[in-house]
Amino acid sequence: MEDINITIIDREGKEHKVLAPTDMNMNLMEVCKSYDLPVQAVCGGMAMCATCQCYIISDHDLGERNDDEQAMLWEASYVKDNSRLGCQIPITEDLNGLVIELAPED
Amino acid sequence: MTQDMITTDILIIGAGPTGLFTVFEAGLLKLKCHIIDALAQPGGQCSELYPKKPIYDIPGFPEVLAGDLVDNLMKQIEPFQPGFTLGERAQTIDKQEDGSFIVTTSKGTKHHAKVVAIAGGLGSFEPRKPAIEGIEKYEDKGLVYMIKDPEVYRDKKVVIAGGGDSALDWSIFLADVAAEVTLVHRREEFRGALDSVEKVQDLVDENKIRLVTPAEILDIKGDDKVESVLLQHNDEAKRMEVIECDAFIPLFGLAPKLGPIADWGLEIEKNAIKVDNTLDYQTNIPGIYAIGDVNTYPGKLKLILCGFHEATLMCQSAYQRIFPDKCYVMKYTTVGGINGFDGSRKEAEKAVVKKIGNH
Repeated sequence: MEDINITIIDREGKEHKVLAPTDMNMNLMEVCKSYDLPVQAVCGGMAMCATCQCYIISDHDLGERNDDEQAMLWEASYVKDNSRLGCQIPITEDLNGLVIELAPED
Repeated sequence: MTQDMITTDILIIGAGPTGLFTVFEAGLLKLKCHIIDALAQPGGQCSELYPKKPIYDIPGFPEVLAGDLVDNLMKQIEPFQPGFTLGERAQTIDKQEDGSFIVTTSKGTKHHAKVVAIAGGLGSFEPRKPAIEGIEKYEDKGLVYMIKDPEVYRDKKVVIAGGGDSALDWSIFLADVAAEVTLVHRREEFRGALDSVEKVQDLVDENKIRLVTPAEILDIKGDDKVESVLLQHNDEAKRMEVIECDAFIPLFGLAPKLGPIADWGLEIEKNAIKVDNTLDYQTNIPGIYAIGDVNTYPGKLKLILCGFHEATLMCQSAYQRIFPDKCYVMKYTTVGGINGFDGSRKEAEKAVVKKIGNH
């Protein structure tokens, strides 16, 4: 399996081009954390805090939000149509070239 | 020093698992503890975020619900009679000439302690507030973001807003206490434990809870306290409705902030407090320790079980600091048992030494 390229735009507008492994059962939130990007991930990946909220900038098809993710995003702030919770997005080869932007913190 | 100040040996900031277990380890050393937490109940994240989620990496527990872990810890520390200041955030710290500390909360409660242990996790949980202009005016005047004492609402008219577990659970609880409970949510769907969702449905069917969805509270009215709220139905007509009430309780979840602790002069790295992990988890200020998720050091792992270990070593160091002339010898609980401050004693049952013969 190949690593994929992901571009993460931080809250200051800076672009970080990172490599993410597809064979380590990682999600987008964990990729951000592994590169020390400012994602708090308070709940650790249970879709319960929205601190890993990000906007999907590229036109990758990530499928529908799952129920937990949807419910959390009803309550979170700064939610847009392209908002997702990084912790609910597994890293797969389909995501090569993905561009995301970190949502503002509460 | 005023009379009404709370005094203790170790002041623990944060009532999560690490903070709670500190009371136990301190108790074995006969040190008294008091805990401050911004939330209304002990348990930290475990109680607030995921009480019904199982945890699989607590040694000795193949599986334990986060809420049950907290209940167990509360039971374990009960003999050591910890004090609690709940629903208040630790705000300022003042080091005294004798090396002790005075910590004052957001509500002005003062605590005097020989040692401070920050077990603050990711910081204090600040409630998400609805976007209503001038909302601060009603805070603690009928408007609260967390419920401390449900009895306050006996025979009152209460409006709860939110779509998660706490909105559901409090609606259920207050249905029996308050005169009227109205539950308002932006969506028709709620996210919570299945039994809570079903229970609310039953209470709605029995007319014990008035459910208004999808809808939003847009404004609060009242001279110097909450007297009514303005609700907008999210239907085609965007119908407005005024609901008379004594209390408005938005429960929109909580967002953690390191908060005032960040200004205490502690060395901070990536939102966490740097500590000496080669010895005792002390910070750059002698007498202030940081344990659990709130600290950082090379190789740090944010796990409950690591917090327990850090709390244990920290208490030994606190003991040495408080009693520099005393020599302490660690005793296993299997040997020494537990002597509660309440006079209770737990110990291993003595084995008998008795001859077994053939008559």
